[in-house]
Amino acid sequence: MGVRGIEIKKKTTMENQLHIPTVAELMAKGESPEILFWVGCAGSFDERAQRITRDICKILAHVGLRYAILGTEENCTGDPAKRAGNEFLFQMQAMMNIEILNGYEIKKIVTACPHCFNTLKNEYPSLGGNYEVIHHTQLIQSLIDEGKLRPDDGHIFKGKKITYHDPCYLGRANDVYDAPREILESLDVQLTELKRCRSNGLCCGAGGAQMFKEPEKGNKDVNIERIEDVIESNAEIVAAACPFCMTMLRDGVKVKEKEQEIQVLDIAEITARANGL
Amino acid sequence: MVSQFIFLGILTIALVLFGRNAKKIYNNIKLGKPTNRTDRKSERLKQMLLVAFGQKKMFKRPFPAILHALVYVGFCIINIEMLEIVIDGLFGTHRAFAFLGSFYSFLIYSFEWLALGVLLSCAVFLIRRNLGHIYRFQGRELTKWPKTDANLILIAEILLMSAFLTMNAADYKLQQIGAEHYIQAGAFPVSQYLTALLTDTQASLIFVERFCWWFHIIGVLAFLNYLPLSKHLHIMLAFPNTYFSNLEPKGKFKNIDSVTAEVKAMLDPSLPPPSGEVARFGVKDVQDLTWKNLLDAYTCTECGRCTAACPANITGKLLSPRKIMMDTRDRLEEVGNNRDKAGNIQDDGKSLIDNYITREEIWACTSCNACVEQCPVNIDPLQIIMGLRQYAVMEESQAPASINAMFSNMENNGAPWKYAQADRANWANPE
Repeated sequence: MGVRGIEIKKKTTMENQLHIPTVAELMAKGESPEILFWVGCAGSFDERAQRITRDICKILAHVGLRYAILGTEENCTGDPAKRAGNEFLFQMQAMMNIEILNGYEIKKIVTACPHCFNTLKNEYPSLGGNYEVIHHTQLIQSLIDEGKLRPDDGHIFKGKKITYHDPCYLGRANDVYDAPREILESLDVQLTELKRCRSNGLCCGAGGAQMFKEPEKGNKDVNIERIEDVIESNAEIVAAACPFCMTMLRDGVKVKEKEQEIQVLDIAEITARANGL
Repeated sequence: MVSQFIFLGILTIALVLFGRNAKKIYNNIKLGKPTNRTDRKSERLKQMLLVAFGQKKMFKRPFPAILHALVYVGFCIINIEMLEIVIDGLFGTHRAFAFLGSFYSFLIYSFEWLALGVLLSCAVFLIRRNLGHIYRFQGRELTKWPKTDANLILIAEILLMSAFLTMNAADYKLQQIGAEHYIQAGAFPVSQYLTALLTDTQASLIFVERFCWWFHIIGVLAFLNYLPLSKHLHIMLAFPNTYFSNLEPKGKFKNIDSVTAEVKAMLDPSLPPPSGEVARFGVKDVQDLTWKNLLDAYTCTECGRCTAACPANITGKLLSPRKIMMDTRDRLEEVGNNRDKAGNIQDDGKSLIDNYITREEIWACTSCNACVEQCPVNIDPLQIIMGLRQYAVMEESQAPASINAMFSNMENNGAPWKYAQADRANWANPE
């Protein structure tokens, strides 16, 4: 697999140069970040998602944005607690996070997780946390529009058949449908839509705290139902924009034994590779 | 004269009965908790015009949308004809609007085509529903009564339209033979083809015309009184229900204010603990829902678009968003009937959770909002599911074991998994 070969080669050189600043570190130098990168629990702890996290950092560093992470001061937004009905735990988490964010006078947040994105953007304001919150696909799209991100001429995705899976908490929940698609289109890929897409998109099966429990009795897992849409599309790459969708789609590909035919990549990874980062 | 009195009597009884049933439904909806849905009036009006009046969301599925639009337009416009029928019935006139001349002919001309459109659409709907093997017309919540209800509505509409066209055919024939009272009025592009099926004697033609006239008006009034008992209420409630839609992003779930007060007191001991009676957290029964949730339940016409899009349902889980709405309505009717019998709200030992909606159903939800997105009249089954989960977790501490483990991970490590908080940024410092 050529795509994967390139990834490994690039990573070893880039990673050594990459220093990821924390807000505390910037503050100590009397600076503050233009934008906070909210990493999220999946992006912090899940090995597959960590690679996406690092690619986002590479993009941020490449375009020269003064960004920072909270590091060990970041806590779960409380989203899975809220969707599972534990409003107490959710609000405890939210208020702890808001205290830290407000303490650092954070104004703008970018996150790679649509669940964090939704919660920070929609559910924190009434608890005292008011920030401009964007998803990484929106940031990347605006960087492309501003001309700050230019893909390499002969990048590996050109002409490739790629499909995009809408995360529920980005799409239906917040009406972000175009940013990820515009990124892919700007790379001259052959963007092909899934049978169920945009507002009609099918969930990967992880939302509403399902990620943390076994599914109820049924005749199929939701991610299998979804991966069948992907297989039907004949795409070689399915682009994701959510760490939970990433896990579910990869599991689906594995169960269907399609690892040789279908790759699951986050929009951030595709962007980073197309830009030679 | 006698027939005018009979007409007045039937009309009065029908309207009084309907008024009583409407009042009952209104009182039931008022059992819900307050929620503010009267702000942003112009946006609300726009929602109503687009979604209810313009049927915007129906067109996600074009074929049934076109047939439904025919029935809908037919229903709305033929109601002008109803006005004439009522006037004729009360004052003993015949075709009271005939003085409009060529405009009247145009009206009858369009009613005839619309009536045919409604009739054919309903016939196609009947066939699709009963023989079509369509996913959303199956499902375990569509038991005997909901299936019968759907078929009764379609058959009633077919009968009403047939009576309307037969009446016109007889009228047209009577006009042609110059019968007394049957003034030359109207245009009959559809019913002219039915005239051949009718007798030629004036007396029997008058009988057919009168019979169809009475059948049509009594049928419409009976149908009006059938609405409150059936799923068909959407023809009225779709309008207020879309007006009072949730205008926030679908992902935004409301924060519970009483929890905020308690959490604030917990985090800051200097604040006084919240006083007063602690309300129930979450939803155990219909009274814990908002009035909008209850209006949703009465508006649901059980079309099943929600269920056909639900990832849990289509992969064989018990959850069906349509069933959530049907259960809510059934339970609300039960609570309302108990109240009417006893004079006040009685504890009947039952509740929405467990007696109607099981735990297995509520925990199968992925909160993906597909059901909310699909609903052509902006019903929100997800809010009800989340309310039930809140009750199960906060009032009963009854969550699936793995969910409880996720909660304690979050409390102890600040993450839903069992990782140490100190390791959170390890990814940033590869050795």
